Amino acid sequence: MTAVAHQLARERLPRGLAEPGLDIAKIRADFPILAERIHGKPLVYLDNAATSQKPRAVIEAIVGYYEHLNANIHRGVHTLSVKATEAHDAARQTVRQFLNAGDTREIIFVRGATEAINLVAQTYGRMHVAAGDEVLITAMEHHSNIVPWQILCEEKQACLKVAPIDDRGELRLDEFEKLIGPRTKMVAVTHVSNALGTVNPLRGMIEMAHRRGVPVLVDGAQAVPHFAVDVQALNCDFYAFSGHKVYGPTGIGVLYGKRALLDDMPPYQGGGDMISSVTFEKTTYNVLPFKFEAGTPDIAGAIALGAAIEYIDGIGMDKIATHERELLAYATEAVGGIEGVRLIGTASERAGALSFVLDGVHPHDLGTILDREGIAIRTGHHCAQPVMDRFGIAATARASFAVYNTKEEVDALVEGIRVAREVFA
Amino acid sequence: MDDLSELYQEVILEHSKAPRNFRRPASANRHAEGYNPLCGDRCTVFIDYEGDRIREIGFEGSGCAISRASASMMTQMLKGKTREEAVKLFEEFHDLVTGKEDLAAHAEDLGKLKVFAGVSKFPARVKCATLAWHTLQSALEGQKETVSTE
Repeated sequence: MTAVAHQLARERLPRGLAEPGLDIAKIRADFPILAERIHGKPLVYLDNAATSQKPRAVIEAIVGYYEHLNANIHRGVHTLSVKATEAHDAARQTVRQFLNAGDTREIIFVRGATEAINLVAQTYGRMHVAAGDEVLITAMEHHSNIVPWQILCEEKQACLKVAPIDDRGELRLDEFEKLIGPRTKMVAVTHVSNALGTVNPLRGMIEMAHRRGVPVLVDGAQAVPHFAVDVQALNCDFYAFSGHKVYGPTGIGVLYGKRALLDDMPPYQGGGDMISSVTFEKTTYNVLPFKFEAGTPDIAGAIALGAAIEYIDGIGMDKIATHERELLAYATEAVGGIEGVRLIGTASERAGALSFVLDGVHPHDLGTILDREGIAIRTGHHCAQPVMDRFGIAATARASFAVYNTKEEVDALVEGIRVAREVFA
Repeated sequence: MDDLSELYQEVILEHSKAPRNFRRPASANRHAEGYNPLCGDRCTVFIDYEGDRIREIGFEGSGCAISRASASMMTQMLKGKTREEAVKLFEEFHDLVTGKEDLAAHAEDLGKLKVFAGVSKFPARVKCATLAWHTLQSALEGQKETVSTE
């Protein structure tokens, strides 16, 4: 391991000072769905890495938009269109602040992290990756940060390189650094692994890539719900996330990109809104961010994502991070302490998710038994089959947390796992 | 009996822990691979198929209790059966696990497969119960590609 890699391995998430406890009961009351009963039991929702639940503020933002504001944006001179445009612009500004981007023109609304990554692969990637070039990813990527690059590499006859992870689910930084070579044109890495919970030491990784002149795309889908992200401090070139994992609605997501890069990139899709003038001979593309937003966007979705971020700000992201860190530590100890449980992913820095297998009980059976107790977890390969292969398993059970989860819910999970062990004893 | 006990009946648990015919028969002349992308379960069914009859049958793979037990009991049921009989049994089994089965009408045919009736209360698990059967069908048809439950 190089000296730099050693230093990076010691990098830690900013810990912050201990925050005064959150009023979780009050927060739970903000999420109408948490009052649901499943098979007669109170819902224990521990599948937040798949999608989070939505606070009333987000649901009301959607309803409010359609009841009071609905009109197409950037089109009409009439009042509703102006108001809808203003609300949409305000949401972009809220997202900019959320990521601490320098400029709202660097915030592109997309359908989700998947579309954001595809956008970069199909525009920046097609422009800069040629035959024999390399794209570097890691062994802990979600399929959405693998397949778009595979498609690109296949088209360009380029090579997809994969930096390995160790038995704890941490990136092998020394190997990662070695794999950034003269032919590397793009690095695409996840901020937080959806299957393992590993938090990557991004700052140092991005420095490594930049020293060799290689831009870095970060898949932040599993990071933004759990701690504050600052794209300028990270100095990443692209950052992607999905609204629905961060208390917003499905169908809306964000691509952050550095302006200089976005300016040089060709459009992703053609259509309305992304043009400034069209004749049959020539089309002039619109300025950022509209160049990448062809067609009428998900206006309600963007506004509701803004409401989700405002909801988070109202609680305080630092407090959320502290609460979730305590909860994850508690769950790791409680679940890890159950006889027959093997934790998958024991990196020193983790966020959001706890993945495990249970001796003699297939995750799918465990999921069914927990469901009857009202407990929702994810079971399967988590769209990260290479991670499963790395650990020699087909599937894991994954409990993943949000601000509204409690230690009592972790206790219910532990009890449910015990029930499953009895069924299969 | 509650839904869970109905799903995880003793005989199902027993088959999942000690599946029968969990091997590749030496005389196997056809096989097919099945895959459930939802949960990552994989199943390979091997048959010795001669003159329209399944003379020998076995399976390999990894999966949940329901898929293993289903594969295990399927192999027990189908040894010596003709293709037509196997296909008919699959249809009846499918009806059973999706809750369409009029049990009385097929009681004799399905025999001990009736323990899978509890699956019908767990729609998310129907694919687990039918993975081996889909794979068998593919083996009978001599298909080369992995059959998917999706």
